[in-house]
Formats: sequence, C-alpha cells, structure tokens
Amino acid sequence: MEFSTITWIVLAGALATYLTRIGGHLILSRFKTIHPRVEAALNAVPAAVLTTLVAPAAVFTGPAETATVIVCALAAFYLPGMAVFVIGWAAVLAFRALIG
Amino acid sequence: MNARRDIAAGIRAVLPAMLAAAPFGLLFGALAVDNNFTVGETVLMSATIFAGASQMVGIDLFGDKIAPWLIVLSIFAVNFRHVLYSAVIGRQMRAWSALQRYVAFFFLVDPQFAESEKRVESGRPLTFAWYMAGGLTFYTTWIVEGWLGATFGKMVDNPAAYGVDFLLPIYFLGLVMGFRRRANWLPVVAASAVGSIIAYVLVGSPWHVSIGALCGVAVAAVIGAKPAGEAVE
Repeated sequence: MEFSTITWIVLAGALATYLTRIGGHLILSRFKTIHPRVEAALNAVPAAVLTTLVAPAAVFTGPAETATVIVCALAAFYLPGMAVFVIGWAAVLAFRALIG
Repeated sequence: MNARRDIAAGIRAVLPAMLAAAPFGLLFGALAVDNNFTVGETVLMSATIFAGASQMVGIDLFGDKIAPWLIVLSIFAVNFRHVLYSAVIGRQMRAWSALQRYVAFFFLVDPQFAESEKRVESGRPLTFAWYMAGGLTFYTTWIVEGWLGATFGKMVDNPAAYGVDFLLPIYFLGLVMGFRRRANWLPVVAASAVGSIIAYVLVGSPWHVSIGALCGVAVAAVIGAKPAGEAVE
C-alpha cells in the first residue's frame, strides 16, 4: 500500500494532536497533590483559552464585529447561551448592514 | 445511573457548537480540495486530526510547499492548548477506566472541553456516556461536513453575507461569559484578552492563543484561590 505525502503529514499531525490531548493529563496525574496555585491556574483554563479565540477577532475584524461582541457580552448577563448565540448571529448581520 | 438521559443531554450540549462549526467544516473540505487534497485525504484529515483551526493551517501550509515536519509542528502549535484541556478535565475522569479516558481524550475539542466544564460546574456528573454522546455527534458531523465541502465545492459561496464566518467567535464568547462566576474570572479574561491581542500583532497567529492563555492562567496562579476554610499559604 502506497501512502501519499499528504497522508503521512495528516497521520503525523493526528499523532501530534492526540499527544496534546493526553499530555496535560499524563503530566498532572503523576502528582498526588496539587498545589493551590496550580489548582487556581487550572480552574482559569476555560476562560483563559476561550478568550484568546474571541479577543483578536473582536478587535481586528471590523467595527460591526466589535459591536456584535459588545452586544453579546452584555446579553450574556441576562440570557442563556443559545439565546446569546442567536442574538449574536442577528447582531453581526444587522451591524454589517448598518456600519459595514 | 441513567445512560439514556445522559446520552440525550450529551447530544443536546453540543448542538450550538455543531451549528457554529458547520460552515467551517464545509469550508475546510472545499479549501482542502483547492489545495490538491483528494476527497479521501480530506476526510482522513477531519477523521484523524479532528481540530478545525489546525486543519486549516495544515492545508494552507501544504499549498505553500513547506517542509512536512514544519507543517506537523504548526499543527502541534495550533493544538497546544489541548494540553491544558486534558490536565483540567482529566481531574473529573478519575472514576473512569484508563481505556475510557484515552478514548475520550481523542474527542477533546474546544466545545467538548467547555461543555464538559459547564457540566461539572452545574453539579451534574461527567459520565462516559454523556461525554461520548456529545463527542461522537460532533465528530461525525465534522467528518460529514468535510466530505460534503470536498465533494460539492464551496457551497457557502460568501460566508460573510450570511454572518456565518463570525459564528465561532460568538459561540466562544458565550462560553467565556458562562464561566463568569469562577474565581478570578475578570482578571483572567482581561489578561488573556490583552495578551492574545498583543501577541496577535507582535508574534502572529496561531501563537496568540497559547501566549494569551498563559497570560490568563499565570494571573490566576499569582492571585491564587482561597479554598473554603483554608489559608492560601
């Protein structure tokens, strides 16, 4: 069976990705106790990582997208996730039509 | 123990993420074929790497005729945040068998991690049935989207016209806001936002994700958290 270069790159990339998905657990599970500061750091991971997937897009895409993010952030204080998602979708369409 | 209810809840939890990711799954398939991937190679990539942003980077670099090891390293760099995910959510999988854990980690994409953390935070158990129901649902649709995009080309002609190109940031923002009752949330989010924006300008993508995340996590470590009834130090 002959594999293409693409296939080899994909399989190596898959292995690299799987290593990232088990790596943190492999390291952490070696420790019996976790220092409170490490605990605090780990508890911050969801907000810390997910914020980086939003912030540059919010700032650099355009004024309509910046406005959308502000609206969604405010709406999230009062509404559940799915509602915020729908409002955000509507907002990005509306702001793009209004302010580009 | 109610596996059927867990399975239904697990599928329900990933539905918004599926909707947000669908345009990108299709777009990935179309772009991969544009970059000389066969349909088979495109589907293989979605099925084995299963990480949207890194797949986009991979096909992009392949088009530029870059050394294979550098492409693999870039995929690793884009996915480096998963190291943090497995460290965090692994703590909730102690009751699972080792095999269950190592199967589950394969499906640890951004929404799967965030929804799992939400599940734990709400006080409901993180069962293998709940986790895999959501994980397999998202995984299957992701592969089908890549295949559809590769087979039928750019079905979404101009994603911006429908606003679908901005759905993922909106979805992720909703998740960030959902964690706002956690200790140190505001300083963490502020540090990650500032860190990722500066890194985006100075270093560039995809490094802004790891650098920004480390800023936020470092702030949390410095502030620390007072466990109930215990001094921090």
